[in-house]
Amino acid sequence: MFGIVEPRSDKFGSVPARIQSIERAAAILRLLSGRERRLGVAQLAGELGLPKGTVHGILRTLAAVGFVEQDEETGKYKLGAALLHMGSSYLDGNELRARALNWSDSLAARSGESVRIGTLHDGGVLVVHHVFRPDDSRQALEVGVLQPAHATAMGKVLLAAHRYAAAELAAAGLRRYTPSTITEENQLYAELDAVLERGWAGDAEELVVGEVSLAAPIDDRRGVTVGAIGISGPIERLTDAGAPRSDLVSFVREAARAVSRDLGAIPW
Amino acid sequence: MSERYIASVDQGTASSRCLVFDERARIVSVSQVEHRHIFPRPGHVEHDPREIWRNVQHVVADALATAQLGVRDLVALGITNQRETTVLWDRATGEPVHNALNWQDMRTDHLVRELGGDEGPDRFRDRCGLPLATYFSGPKIRWLLDHVDGLWERAEAGDVLFGTMDSWLIWNLTGRHITDVTNAGRTMLMNLETLDWDDVVLDAIGVPRAMLPEIRPSMEVYGDAGGALAGLPVAAALGDQHAALFGQTCFSTGDAKCTYGTGSFLLMNTGEQPVRSANGLLTTVGYKIGDQPATYALEGSIAVTGALVQWFRDKLGLIGSASEIETLARSVDNNGGCYFVPAFSGLFAPHWRSDARGVIAGLTGYISKGHLARAVLEATTWQTREVVDAMNSDAGVEMSSLKVDGGMTANNLLMQSLADVLDVPVVRPIVAETPSLGAAYAAGLAVGFWPDVDELRAQWHKAAEWLPAMEPAMREKGYRKWRKAVARTVDWVDEDDDE
Repeated sequence: MFGIVEPRSDKFGSVPARIQSIERAAAILRLLSGRERRLGVAQLAGELGLPKGTVHGILRTLAAVGFVEQDEETGKYKLGAALLHMGSSYLDGNELRARALNWSDSLAARSGESVRIGTLHDGGVLVVHHVFRPDDSRQALEVGVLQPAHATAMGKVLLAAHRYAAAELAAAGLRRYTPSTITEENQLYAELDAVLERGWAGDAEELVVGEVSLAAPIDDRRGVTVGAIGISGPIERLTDAGAPRSDLVSFVREAARAVSRDLGAIPW
Repeated sequence: MSERYIASVDQGTASSRCLVFDERARIVSVSQVEHRHIFPRPGHVEHDPREIWRNVQHVVADALATAQLGVRDLVALGITNQRETTVLWDRATGEPVHNALNWQDMRTDHLVRELGGDEGPDRFRDRCGLPLATYFSGPKIRWLLDHVDGLWERAEAGDVLFGTMDSWLIWNLTGRHITDVTNAGRTMLMNLETLDWDDVVLDAIGVPRAMLPEIRPSMEVYGDAGGALAGLPVAAALGDQHAALFGQTCFSTGDAKCTYGTGSFLLMNTGEQPVRSANGLLTTVGYKIGDQPATYALEGSIAVTGALVQWFRDKLGLIGSASEIETLARSVDNNGGCYFVPAFSGLFAPHWRSDARGVIAGLTGYISKGHLARAVLEATTWQTREVVDAMNSDAGVEMSSLKVDGGMTANNLLMQSLADVLDVPVVRPIVAETPSLGAAYAAGLAVGFWPDVDELRAQWHKAAEWLPAMEPAMREKGYRKWRKAVARTVDWVDEDDDE
């Protein structure tokens, strides 16, 4: 109408050849999002009329990217956390900064150290907010910088909550930055278990010699970890007798809880 | 020795808040309660002063309880408040004779035009630094005297008292009827040179002197509180924008701060002499420390800044939340040649054209919603530039950096754009609650909690700083285009347009 050319819909345009394995993967995901929710390889193969070997191969690929997970006891498959978080859990980094502004300022004032807030991005930690160390020394804003996830406290907090990302990162190889950097896959997993257990993470000279960082998770109203907030500074100021200073750890955790509360997470 | 603390009350337009600060001026506790807005008819906005006094008592008690402190742990209380909002009460009973008239209340519209007469809105500007407008308290007092039965006689006899929110709170706290110079300066009734009530203006507007509070410095011990706060010295009062100027440690001539909210307020310290503006900026008292000479300021307000982002969100629906505008704006590299002048109800400082209306200029088929988002953010930037240029020219000093606060400072793209366009560093302080901090600083100085303003400067820290990084040629071209866009807004409203 009116001579306006509407974009042609797929139905009428020429459709490039479709990729069969992606269609099959989509069919599996659709079945797993159905009423049953947990299905075995045989059930899925039966439903789709495909050989078990083919279905198994697709499931293993989907598991590797975190789209499905296998139940350890029953061996059945269900939708993976990565898929659940996708789309619904996305929190705009600029939104996160606006919501966290007062709490991050107050963390910097209480700890006397610089504060950063990060989100998981391309296997790294994207700094979405940065508050200067309150000593009026010359500092530059580092918003937009990508930090390595396995060598920073913020990264460990985020990887602990999103294990599929840790697996991807490990598969690509864990780069060494200092003698203390965790480069072994199993060592990283053990560290992430510990982080999940105690609710905060530390990096002891793992990215820069002489520098320490501490971080805790920011959760949204569904309890999904959408970001991390942390402080960083020299080892002399942040540690005491070789361990992170407990007062600083509690400041970081209190700030993380306060931001989470503002995002609607259930108070604890 | 146990730690000592200082409290400040921010009696704002939407809520009353109490913040408690420690010796290093760090926030240790916050409490906040909102109050009702009463709209008896279109254009009328009122508060219940009794509700506000109850809320203030509550937030102070609550802030103390949260920090597990008692009144004895406090060295003083400072007050900052919404400006111009007008309360009249009975001296004998302390009961308000009418709801408070909020600064946004427009009922004095006809009255201010009548008062301007042949001379127009600038009739009293030489004396009080302000144009006749509905915001200011003087005409609001006159309206109440005209419309509440028997009030004239009681006011002339000194049985009915006037106060802005600072006076109302200090009266209830200490029993004294006083106000500070910054609040008195927003009534239109105070002479900027003498810092006393101006008999010529009082006569012309029709306000009996007997009902007015004594004008005191912004910081000195006004008296001790009674009741639950017995013994607590009330030691400072400042209008909210003035408190923000003080809280941003703008103590030197040329220091400036801008608070970015729905609208924005830019104040620049102009030193010990009031500067008359050739560009329609307001001349105001910045603050007055005890017996020292008053420090004056120029004030420029920008009506539509955050409000434009809200409009973009609510009326166009292109973003889901205000923060998302940064994400959308970053989806493109520049404004694509598009400029947005949000003259929704005319152009204000420094143009003052009520016949102007908003314009989006430079539209081509290339422009996407990302470019529009850039233009929306840059509207705040360019409007700030215009006010800063006007201030620099009025004050004869060059602003060397801009201290910023308010919600929009979370927007990094906007802050960088400000630094680029103003060609000065833009600095955000670590305590974002600058009015509360300013009132605490002021009260702390009055009681010797902090020795001098140098100590306050040393305590004030940057949370972030944006440095100019724009080619001068780009800046000049952008400004030229902006001014061409502004030129296209004027002469839009016709006489037969419905208001």
